[in-house]
Amino acid sequence: MKERLVAIYHGFGLPRLIIAGFLLLLLIIAAGTELSVPGLLSDALVRIGQNGIYVLAMVPSIQAGVGLNFGLPVGVICGIVGVLVAMEFTLLGFKGFLVAILLAVPLAIGAGYLYSLLINRVAGQEMMVGTYVGFSVVAGMCIFWLMAPFKNPALIWPVGGQGLRVTLTLADTFAGVLNNFLAFEIFGLKVPTGLLLFYGLIAFIVWLFFRTKAGVAMEVVGRNPRFAAASGLSLNKYRTLGIIMSTVLAAIGYTVYAQSFGFVQLYNGPLMTAFPAVAGVLIGGASTREAKVRHAILGVVLFQTLLTVAMPVTNQLIEGNISEIARVVVSNGMILYALTRATGGEQA
Amino acid sequence: MTQVKRLISRNAVPLLFGIVCLLGVYFAKMPGQFLLMEIVKRMARNSFLVLSLIIPVAAGMGLNFGIVLGALAGQIALILSTHWEWSGIGGLVLTALLATPLAVLFGFLAGMLLNKAKGREMITGMVMGFFANGLYQFVFLFLVGTLIPFDNPRLRISTSPGLRNTIDLGRIKGTLDGIWEVRYGFTKFPMVTFLVIAVLALAIWAFFRTKLGQEFRAIGQDRHIAGVAGISVDRNRILAIIISTVLAAWGQLIFLQNIGTLNTYNSHEQVGTFAIAALLIGGATVTKATIGQALMGTFLFHLLFAVSPKAGQTIFGSAQVGEYFRVFVAYGIIAISLALHAWQSRSAAKAKLEEETA
Repeated sequence: MKERLVAIYHGFGLPRLIIAGFLLLLLIIAAGTELSVPGLLSDALVRIGQNGIYVLAMVPSIQAGVGLNFGLPVGVICGIVGVLVAMEFTLLGFKGFLVAILLAVPLAIGAGYLYSLLINRVAGQEMMVGTYVGFSVVAGMCIFWLMAPFKNPALIWPVGGQGLRVTLTLADTFAGVLNNFLAFEIFGLKVPTGLLLFYGLIAFIVWLFFRTKAGVAMEVVGRNPRFAAASGLSLNKYRTLGIIMSTVLAAIGYTVYAQSFGFVQLYNGPLMTAFPAVAGVLIGGASTREAKVRHAILGVVLFQTLLTVAMPVTNQLIEGNISEIARVVVSNGMILYALTRATGGEQA
Repeated sequence: MTQVKRLISRNAVPLLFGIVCLLGVYFAKMPGQFLLMEIVKRMARNSFLVLSLIIPVAAGMGLNFGIVLGALAGQIALILSTHWEWSGIGGLVLTALLATPLAVLFGFLAGMLLNKAKGREMITGMVMGFFANGLYQFVFLFLVGTLIPFDNPRLRISTSPGLRNTIDLGRIKGTLDGIWEVRYGFTKFPMVTFLVIAVLALAIWAFFRTKLGQEFRAIGQDRHIAGVAGISVDRNRILAIIISTVLAAWGQLIFLQNIGTLNTYNSHEQVGTFAIAALLIGGATVTKATIGQALMGTFLFHLLFAVSPKAGQTIFGSAQVGEYFRVFVAYGIIAISLALHAWQSRSAAKAKLEEETA
């Protein structure tokens, strides 16, 4: 019995125990105030589904040996373009959502391939280069949003007839199509069934991929590049595949995020998207060298629940919105912890 | 002829940006007097911060994205000095003295952390900056006025916790710039500020001629060989970060006394990015940065900053395009420099490997 507990403890890891314990404490405090615990958990479920695919996007890049994908905005931008085109033609409901994904995925494959050409040449510095490529793409796209040939008056500034607005609403097109699909309520807990099912489906596909021959080969390339090269596997091929998968997941992740959030935030909106996703997978127990689908799922559940529950509860205790600061401190603290742990090789 | 070629290829980045800047100046069609005023002001504000990056580069630690910590130390000292109503140049000097131990402490902690992340100092430094920013906001947005009793009406709105978003620095505004100004047309040259920058440049130059400076250089060349030669690598790396952090704290004070208001929660956010972009535009790399490159880069980067909104207006009919363009340039130049550096060091390692096996 005791050995079993120790094994569970080692499998779960100390950081997760601390966060889960803290979460439990917050929920107990919440139950003692007039806050509705089912309401808090409903919000948490939405945010888990909303952010889950971003966190999942870290798995293929880490497994392929590229490390944490700080270049996530590259894929996110493809998702934004897909959503915008669907909005431009006022495609409603599931039609809009599917068209957005169908447009975003090929764009992301192309962008991911180009991104991989760069990343494969800077092996060892992928994270730093990725961060700044992500920032540059977001900044460069700011110019594109200003000059893009969108004509739908719901999207562009009322005066001048050019330039997309900073915040666009999806309320009239396909906000909540997944969230409201088969949604039901039980003991005050609202379950966004469609959103969670879609997230589950994507997670299952990624899990399944790592059980195929290509998936196993990718894992070998990431874990032991020399051995992989000696057994005749092409390093660059699998690294490229990992980056493309990660970018495509980011693009799909954005469409899911947008329909759940209900708004599209352009310009500097997507600048920092990589950081909560990176922190999420690390909180779930991944390292810069190893990440499983279960790390991504556990991580997003713990991290997003923590953020959702922390804000209203601390608001009861002290004034002001602490959620944003908690997000910054916890996510960057977690990334720092992972970066300063000894990982053997020198990888940046 | 080959010499000219080498000169051009060695200075390709600043030359390219020089051309971009010239185009910008041409299209912006700003009056020369106005342009001169802008550039003098911006050079006085930013040069010190850019120079604070040089020493860690020489010590092989790359571009110190952690100078944000120094900027935070400067701002904490400034918040306290505003509270105690220190004023004039004496007040500014006292503030700098107050900022120094804070910056030493922050630099020490940062250096310890970076020693645990050898080979990935830059990404660690950057995340460390974000993390420190979160803690700073936690202290000054939440704890101040709740757990920390503090009710100065100039710094706080009594109805909510935390400091004001903007703090007026009237008591020290322009105290360094204003000591001795030389007028030329509309432009006032803040001679003492430039003198301080010159003294720092000279001090860095002299520093690399001391024993400690040579040790930093040796570590930058090859950490392992330096260690074998008896240089205590870890201690020196911490020292390099401490020096850089302290200089950044002073640099942020010079910057803020020129601006005159403190944006409590975001004056420091872009300090690292903009200073690093300026240094790289001057032709510096991750492993080599000189004083000349720092000053040249500050000049070019801020010239671009000054002219790009106007140039965007004439070329694209929108000043916003120019504003986004300059941010794009800042991020883009960092991405390109980092990628080029990684690429080159990888091919160098490969060539070495092939040589050994051959």
